[in-house]
Amino acid sequence: MFERIRRCIYFLSIIFLLTLPVHAYAGNGKIDTGDTTWLLVSAALVMLMTPGLALFYGGMVRRKNVLGTIMHSFIALAVITLQWVLIGYSLSFGPDINGFIGSLKWFALNGVGIEPSDYAPTVPHLAFMIYQAMFAIITPALISGAFAERMKFSAYLLFILLWSTFVYDPVAHWIWGGGWMSKLGVLDFAGGIVVHATAGVSALAAAIIIGKRKGYPQEPMTPHNLPMTVLGAGLLWFGWFGFNAGSALSSGALATVALVNTHIAAATATLIWIFIEWMKYGKPTMFGAATGCIAGLATITPAAGFVTPMSALIIGLAAGAICFLGLKAKGVFGYDDSLDAFGVHGIGGVLGTLSVGLFATTAINSGGANGILYGNAKQMITQIIGAAVAALYSLVVSVIILKVIDWTVGLRIDEDAEIRGVDLAEHGEEGYFL
Amino acid sequence: MKMVSAVIKHYRLDEVRKALLDIGIQGMTIVDVKGFGRQKGQLEVYRGVQYEVQFLPKVKVEVAVPEEKVEEVIEAIIKGARTGEIGDGKIFVYGLEDVVRIRTGRRGKEAL
Repeated sequence: MFERIRRCIYFLSIIFLLTLPVHAYAGNGKIDTGDTTWLLVSAALVMLMTPGLALFYGGMVRRKNVLGTIMHSFIALAVITLQWVLIGYSLSFGPDINGFIGSLKWFALNGVGIEPSDYAPTVPHLAFMIYQAMFAIITPALISGAFAERMKFSAYLLFILLWSTFVYDPVAHWIWGGGWMSKLGVLDFAGGIVVHATAGVSALAAAIIIGKRKGYPQEPMTPHNLPMTVLGAGLLWFGWFGFNAGSALSSGALATVALVNTHIAAATATLIWIFIEWMKYGKPTMFGAATGCIAGLATITPAAGFVTPMSALIIGLAAGAICFLGLKAKGVFGYDDSLDAFGVHGIGGVLGTLSVGLFATTAINSGGANGILYGNAKQMITQIIGAAVAALYSLVVSVIILKVIDWTVGLRIDEDAEIRGVDLAEHGEEGYFL
Repeated sequence: MKMVSAVIKHYRLDEVRKALLDIGIQGMTIVDVKGFGRQKGQLEVYRGVQYEVQFLPKVKVEVAVPEEKVEEVIEAIIKGARTGEIGDGKIFVYGLEDVVRIRTGRRGKEAL
């Protein structure tokens, strides 16, 4: 044991030494304080989304699984941060290898310092790195909604580590790190493909491979604390301003448009969702409003910095209506995507990515492109290729990762543990003593 | 001595408490319960999925009284709890073998 700790300390010291050159860098005057402020604030906003997601999901499960579900999101903050600073950032944004992956040249943040990078030329490279870290953290946590209430914690840790390394990092590289999709012209402002489509499709694979919860769908599995879910949705909505407007990587016009678009889409999707419920089931629900806003936010994500505010309104409308239908899929096909990670994020992410092909205009973002409505049908083809390849890649690699974990440590807790609940069985604690 | 045990709607509790105080009842015990009667459960919709919630929350009021007070107590509970709608609840009356006041050790009727 002590030998292990000692080796660990040696290892960490070596990493520390590797990073020393960072401090030799000095700013050369290109750094913009406004841009840097906004990016750092945005990093903090996106960080808050992960505990927000923990509450959002935590309220939806049965009370015996509340802590295990919250833990899935919260622990990603720790695990993926370390993965990111050691290898993830370098694999995603490091010097390109054949358009597929970043090299490990920036291993352990070697060479990632105060000097701005090409990605965000007016902010310290480290600010860009930590901002992107928050995206890498929340993405695998989104998937956890698919296998809530029945996954082994050890298997979960392995899963997010492998998934980040083999799915998130490559796809982030393809689109944002100078990889083949960015050269093809695929547009994804803040992560419709990189975050929501990859997570959503992988969630679908995970739900099918791990299997249904015991008793699903005969036994009622109603959310145990909807106020908690709504609080989580509120924090997600708030944090999403950093997610989308921060993706301008600067403070100014583009960030403003992205923030306004984000808000409009969220509001529209919320409203349309409860109206559909009202018509279909007779009553508008709070849970529906919370779900609708997240669908709107996920859908506007890839488009936030490419479309006009009125296009955002239409995108929000489509998000509410189509994701509402998307949730029905699990009933039809009989899989148990427990908290609708695919129904909301998978469908929202793809829908948003395609909406870029329709509504994008260079009047909003000169670095973007025009969509069909602005006379460029080709962009839609590019968007379809981007979404389809990323979805297929995520699906295949996720299946491999999940199967390997299932064959080695096992994905699922045993039946007795599932009856007692994840909180007691996996963590030895309970959420409530009332 | 009798134990009068009434399962009622939550929001009628205060009226029942007042009605019992009015007839001079000096103590009661309440407990949150769940169950169903002829009302059965209710349908709830979560993200478009309908669930039948089989056990509805109610509150149970328990009052220990001397034999001659039973009818009065029943009337008071009905007065406080009745709305005329399905699901108003039920009153159960059963014999009470003994009562002990812990502080003094007194037993029986005088401990009520």
